[in-house]
Amino acid sequence: MARRIEIALKKGVRDAHGERIKREIEHFLHLAVEEVRTIDVYTVDGELSEDELVKAASEPFCDPVIQDWRIDRPMADGFDFLVEVGFRPGVTDNVGRTAREAIEYITGRLFASGEGVYTSVQYLLKGELSRSDVERIAKDLLCNTLIQRFVILDRAEFLAKGGVPVSAPKVTAETRSQVREIDLNVSNDELMRISREGVLALTLDEMKIIQAHYRDPAVVAERRKVGLSDKPTDAELEALAQTWSEHCKHKIFSGNVEYIDENGNREEIRSLFKSYIQRTTATVRQQLGDNDYCLSVFKDNAGVIRFNDDWSLVFKVETHNSPSALDPYGGALTGIVGVNRDPFGTGMGARLIFNTDVFCFASPFYEKQLPSRLLHPRRIYEGVVEGVEHGGNKSGIPTVNGSLVFDDRFAGKPLVFCGTAGLMPATINGKPAHEKHIDPGDLIVMTGGRIGKDGIHGATFSSEELNENSPVTAVQIGDPITQKRMTDFLIRARDRGLYNFITDNGAGGLSSSVGEMAKECGGCRMDLSSAPLKYPGLDPWEILISEAQERMSLAVPPARIDEFLAMAKRFGVEATVLGEFTDTGIFQIMYGERTIAYLPISFLHEGLPPMEMRGVWEIKRHNEPAIEVSTDYTGDLKRLLGSLNICSKESVVRRYDHEVQGGSVVKPFTGVANDGPSDAAVVRPVLDSYEGVVVAHGICPRYSDIDTYHMTANAIDEGVRNYVAVGGSLDLVSGLDNFCWCDPVKSEKTPDGEYKMAQLVRSNKALYDYCVAYGIPLISGKDSMKNDFYDGAVKISIPPTLLFSVIGKIDDVRKAVTMDVKRPGDIVYLLGTTANELGGSEYFALRGFVGNKVPKVDADRALKRYRALQRAITAGLVASCHDLSDGGLAVALAEMAFAGGFGISAELGSALWSGDGAGRNDAVLLFSESASRLLVAVRPQNRAAFEQLMEGCDASRIGVVTEEDVLTITGLSGAAVIRERIDELKQAWQSPLREL
Amino acid sequence: MVRARAIVITGNGTNCEMEAAHACRLGGFDDVVIAHISDLLAGEIRLDDFHFLNLTGGFLDGDDLGSAKAQANRFRYAKVDELREHLIDQLMHFISAGKLILGVCNGFQLMVKMGLLPAFGGSYLKQSATLTFNDCGRFQDRWVYLKSDPASACVYTKGVEKGLYLPIRHGEGKFVVDSRATLDAIEANHLAAFKYSDSTYESPTMEFPLNPNGSVNAIAGLCNETGRLMGMMPHPEAFVHRINHPRWTREELPEEGDGLILFKNASEFVRKNLL
Repeated sequence: MARRIEIALKKGVRDAHGERIKREIEHFLHLAVEEVRTIDVYTVDGELSEDELVKAASEPFCDPVIQDWRIDRPMADGFDFLVEVGFRPGVTDNVGRTAREAIEYITGRLFASGEGVYTSVQYLLKGELSRSDVERIAKDLLCNTLIQRFVILDRAEFLAKGGVPVSAPKVTAETRSQVREIDLNVSNDELMRISREGVLALTLDEMKIIQAHYRDPAVVAERRKVGLSDKPTDAELEALAQTWSEHCKHKIFSGNVEYIDENGNREEIRSLFKSYIQRTTATVRQQLGDNDYCLSVFKDNAGVIRFNDDWSLVFKVETHNSPSALDPYGGALTGIVGVNRDPFGTGMGARLIFNTDVFCFASPFYEKQLPSRLLHPRRIYEGVVEGVEHGGNKSGIPTVNGSLVFDDRFAGKPLVFCGTAGLMPATINGKPAHEKHIDPGDLIVMTGGRIGKDGIHGATFSSEELNENSPVTAVQIGDPITQKRMTDFLIRARDRGLYNFITDNGAGGLSSSVGEMAKECGGCRMDLSSAPLKYPGLDPWEILISEAQERMSLAVPPARIDEFLAMAKRFGVEATVLGEFTDTGIFQIMYGERTIAYLPISFLHEGLPPMEMRGVWEIKRHNEPAIEVSTDYTGDLKRLLGSLNICSKESVVRRYDHEVQGGSVVKPFTGVANDGPSDAAVVRPVLDSYEGVVVAHGICPRYSDIDTYHMTANAIDEGVRNYVAVGGSLDLVSGLDNFCWCDPVKSEKTPDGEYKMAQLVRSNKALYDYCVAYGIPLISGKDSMKNDFYDGAVKISIPPTLLFSVIGKIDDVRKAVTMDVKRPGDIVYLLGTTANELGGSEYFALRGFVGNKVPKVDADRALKRYRALQRAITAGLVASCHDLSDGGLAVALAEMAFAGGFGISAELGSALWSGDGAGRNDAVLLFSESASRLLVAVRPQNRAAFEQLMEGCDASRIGVVTEEDVLTITGLSGAAVIRERIDELKQAWQSPLREL
Repeated sequence: MVRARAIVITGNGTNCEMEAAHACRLGGFDDVVIAHISDLLAGEIRLDDFHFLNLTGGFLDGDDLGSAKAQANRFRYAKVDELREHLIDQLMHFISAGKLILGVCNGFQLMVKMGLLPAFGGSYLKQSATLTFNDCGRFQDRWVYLKSDPASACVYTKGVEKGLYLPIRHGEGKFVVDSRATLDAIEANHLAAFKYSDSTYESPTMEFPLNPNGSVNAIAGLCNETGRLMGMMPHPEAFVHRINHPRWTREELPEEGDGLILFKNASEFVRKNLL
């Protein structure tokens, strides 16, 4: 029988967790509560002696200095209501897993199958609360009912029952091996019902292609030989649905688009991916010629570029939006540990050197009504921030760069971008490490976690909009420690040459990973009955497509398998042989002796004809606000500094370890008080070398309201600008594109699909134009195309968003530059020209306007400027450098000044202007977000050398760093239009999110 | 043995093994081995072959049962293959041989929870203090000023003039003791080798964020009476070169980072006493 061990803090010990819950109850739910205390509960379901149970309770589970323990006797006391929250059966319980291992060390015995340890948390609430208040606290705050369940007891009930009844959330099910056949000789309506009810996300056309395949007499004859009928099995249909899902197949990016511009000009685009993204890289690589540093692009889990003779650099950025909307903590945690497996599963595998993350949320202070299925943005903010914190910190990978972007349309779906870079030896055992292969006869091996029902239909579900019936099983919870153990092991196996091929088990599970691998050598035969399961009760098709986390798939040569499995055992990592790779041309899946899927590789991977879509562009006119002329813009500046997109994100950033691995050079925060916002990160991945990696990004979804072409141009420019600002080299730099779009395919649910498709086309055009102009090859990327919420009544679509990540090299990290002003007397230059470009700006957003004059990027001039700046930085002439983005010049000057602890005195009249002089006024000069601009501070003795290097690059001397700690900006009339102490400005910038 | 040998244990969630090994090398150790705990449990690597043991930062077993608790349990109960010897026996032998152990962050948590610190009078394996959740309730990555105690017997802090500037990166760093007597004994014996302080290293502080976790008496690092065993929440291995410093682009700093002195002192001690 299961036993309960309870662990409570001793009297007088501060309960930090309880205090935090109390604050959140008050803040989120506006309920007054006197006190919240917590008790940890371990439900041990296994054969243990009394003595062993006491040892478990008193040693690993209890810290004797601050905690007390009890077995089967409740510890709760002095409360009005008790809420106990535990996991639902089958949900990953990381603490439970560690607790089980701890007991196994004590007893020297392993738990039997079906036994386990389950954890829950008891919240003791004191205060004048009604039962319905407590139910709200439980449902809206303490418990995510998708993955957790709760019990509420008031004092009287607690006493009557003698505490919370013991209950182990064990999955109780019989071993199953049911394989169903699906009859596709049915009406179109029936085909669609099959797709919809099975969460297959297949369209009618796709269903009919499958139908036709099974009517082919040659196919049927082959199937008969292995004992299959002319009907698809559930496993086959599921494998096709995963492989053909938007998530895995990128049907929108690989489809055909008819694009019509604002003048009615027609254009046929065959695959956006090939026409723009791949072509960008091909063009740039051609331009680079012998200096081409791309090693592996678009063909593996992540892109690989050369770092130096000894090392190659790997980078990938992913999104995990849909799961984060349902379970922010689990979704985001899975997002980060999931993207970790991409560089890890690239080539022969890379050591992970840093993470980046960018989150797009609605305001955490959102007060409007939300559809019932959507979580409050603040809840999403808290959960996502914590999920990425645990995923990154526990994995020992520094989080070095990121952003928080706010727009209330992200209430429909938050965007959670997670990136990971890795470093691999240029060669391993004499072979290039970025390449890998499979020989027929190699064994299919799965390592890491076990398979459960978690994450079933993740790939197909994220290929649809979020709706009332989004599946519960689509949510997974990551386990960084199981993954860390696996990666510790696999790196060693890699160096010993124990495998030929490695890849991640992500979306679509084994069906996708092994399906992709089978393409390499021309076939596979895999037996699902050998797969290790978390619990019984999974049908073979579920084993095939489960997205249970922390798994890699490998091809191991038979000669190395014994050594591989022995090493895995020693590292405490589960590794299982599931079958072998073949050259039969068939993706063959067995369950024991029985064939349950028999799909030609060619049909699986190339059976799907391109989708046909249409995009029609129109220019939308927005209200153009009159610019208010004022003599004092200090208030405007402070409001901008306090706006969500500009204000300090330090309360979040400090929760991420940005220094582990010891290579941090430019940190997220810099300046005299370590609190100024860095433009980009510099990391030294090899500790006895001064060569560094620079990583930066650009993102500006607000400009999409005017034109996604310019949104994209600005995102690219911002990424490059940030990269150059710290000293990144333009001679070894690459880009990654992450498209997050609202559904751009016209349908009943998306009547404006043609406009959204045109937005996508325009974004791709800019991607090509600007990356080629800057000479930046794209090395990897990802798209997420269904970022909408629709419940039949309310539709919320996100603004089209491109995250442009930039990664490259700095030859000597000691030349890196930070954004804080360094000393009084330094001369402040503005690089670049300013135009009347307030369209989509933060300044207009403050007033509730979008405007029309979106900033436009002049790539040729910008590149010349960036190259000159890079030369100046390399020559050591630059004391400080800061990019101008949201909020324009005024915000950048303020940040630079308060970061450095000195004032700046600047004159708007000295800034270079471009375009119609009629639009030139103080407000525009202060707040316009014209692209490609940077502020640079230079020591007076370097003035001549700097100016000489910057000649013809639009550098204007606009001011000087002052001892007096005041920012003074003089307007065109000669009078100060902004004058404020820097500590006041810093206060305005720091206050909005400080307490979150 | 004529070479100074350091070992860094990794596995199950230890994260700082590379920079800790790098710091050992810079500090003067001739051989530095990163050993996976499975290498120790398999008996392939033995602690006896080393002079300086690094229990470094990370999230052992995810800190799932409280920081480092599961590893403390593993050390206590896990047997080394074949020999049927407990790992803890190797560790106790290492200590009684007068060798050095430095626990940083998760390693400090491990040492305290295993009862290796403060361990008055050599009463090892009896826990009398702990490290628990920061008062602010959050994980924090920030730099702190650490006032050193010149009267301490600590091997690692010899020659530290006033203090060191180092980063902390933890969620469970609040030092707590089981009794007033324990605290008094720590102070009386000058075991608190580092205390969180103001930026001039003059006075210990309880003020956030200078004291980032609310540790009692601002204790950031602790040694035992022999001075050979030391644990600390801040990361000395994270500041071995001036470019690790958060303000290296604006301040004149020596090439060597503040944290290196601990590793230099360790290697000097080994050379003088153990070779």
